Amino acid sequence: MTTATTSGHRAASPAPGYGFGDVALMEWRKLRTVRSTWWMVAIFAVAMIGLAIVALSHEGYGQLSAADRAAFDPTHDCFIGLILGQLLLGALGVLVMTTEFSSGMIRATFAAVPRRPVVLAAKAAVLGAVTLAAGEVCAFAAFAAGQASLAASAPHATLGQPGVLRAVVMAGAYPALVALIGLGTGALVRHTAGAICAVVGVLFVLPLLFAPFSASVQDASQNFMPHPMANAMTAVKPLAHALSPWLIFALLCAYAAAALAAGAWALTARDA
Amino acid sequence: MIEARGLVKAYRSAKAVDNLSFEVRPGTVTGFLGPNGAGKSTTMRMIMGLDRPDAGQARIGGRRYGDLRWPLREVGALLEAKAFHPGRTARAHLMALAASNGIGRQRVEEMLALTGIEKAADRRAGKFSLGMSQRLGIAAALLGDPGVLLLDEPVNGLDPEGIRWIRNLMRGLAAQGRAVLVSSHLISEMAYTADALIVIGRGRLLAQTTVAQLSAHGATLKPGGSLEEAFFQLTEGVTDYSGGLS
Repeated sequence: MTTATTSGHRAASPAPGYGFGDVALMEWRKLRTVRSTWWMVAIFAVAMIGLAIVALSHEGYGQLSAADRAAFDPTHDCFIGLILGQLLLGALGVLVMTTEFSSGMIRATFAAVPRRPVVLAAKAAVLGAVTLAAGEVCAFAAFAAGQASLAASAPHATLGQPGVLRAVVMAGAYPALVALIGLGTGALVRHTAGAICAVVGVLFVLPLLFAPFSASVQDASQNFMPHPMANAMTAVKPLAHALSPWLIFALLCAYAAAALAAGAWALTARDA
Repeated sequence: MIEARGLVKAYRSAKAVDNLSFEVRPGTVTGFLGPNGAGKSTTMRMIMGLDRPDAGQARIGGRRYGDLRWPLREVGALLEAKAFHPGRTARAHLMALAASNGIGRQRVEEMLALTGIEKAADRRAGKFSLGMSQRLGIAAALLGDPGVLLLDEPVNGLDPEGIRWIRNLMRGLAAQGRAVLVSSHLISEMAYTADALIVIGRGRLLAQTTVAQLSAHGATLKPGGSLEEAFFQLTEGVTDYSGGLS
């Protein structure tokens, strides 16, 4: 039977120095102890589940034309809340980084952990885990609430049908990937307002820039813009001109990785 | 032990720090003195690895800051009054930093008690007065029981009781054998706490001396001449401002 040491130090610590686990624990404690984290996750949940109920209870399947009935996708329509939800978790990702710069906390963080890419990696791991958990829980809840709200006469989706489980899982993963894009953008831009504008620009404004182009260019562009990509990922009935959902998912993961890599470079290159 | 060797940092055209070399030894409080804008904060940030020098290097116990294995256990720093998220409580702030360097809850509680903020530990730090913010900063600096401390203008904005507390703390830390580097633009403040002095102006080393030596020099300048007199003579011509009533 050993007794706990009273020293705060792991004096006889076998570790040769701080490691990823130590830094991840710091980042988890940071994320957990600011209220805005839980506010944003709570609003995200309300948006995801609430909008699914609103959308599917007002689907009006009985009044749809034959063509609209054929295109009716009771799974995809549950995730209309992603329009708002992606913004909330994207903003959370931005804030995880930019509030450190605005408050001066970043100097305390880098004094404790001078290897800056390790700090960003730990933030990404913790933020990714929290937002993925929130995303998946809310995606499954939105799906269940949506199906329950759908008129009895309309076709319902079940998780056992082909492509449905994939669509729901990807609906949960998508906002977590946007959160990581937000984190990388925050590390690159450093200012909250600027970084959030950049994320909003990519999510909402960038797709609009393709409006003047021909239909074929517009259709092709949809495969590369995050928000239209989310539509393709959460659709069970294949969308015209869309790449496969898995390919789009892989592409979005690459976007997140690129944003984090750019953020890590910027953190290292610039003075804190 | 802190060693700075030929540190240079330029912002656009102006050199904030210009070929600065000095040493800070254990067991002493070393005052880092210079007029506003002399480059004190920039130098401390370079020692901490926060700013990258354009030339030269700073080492702590022979190692660059970025190569320290447990940075908080080797160096503690108070570089600004409020280096914390305003929405986080004092205890949560310290617990987060402690985690990064494998420091336990017990030590966090000890530091809250040492700095006298344990009653406010569960309040959001953004609501703290300047004095309490400084105490939280000191608690963070001492978390890892480090042998080297860097304090940038720690008495700025404090009330007399807070100033006396910091002075006694710094002397106590040096008496325990730690190397303490404390910056100030007030020579009179240094007279209370520092043994050794590093005086800089416009980023350049003007003198590495002791309070006693500088004081003795002051007495030779004019009858009843003081430390202050000697300091003004040293820094004459290196301030970025001038003025007078006449």
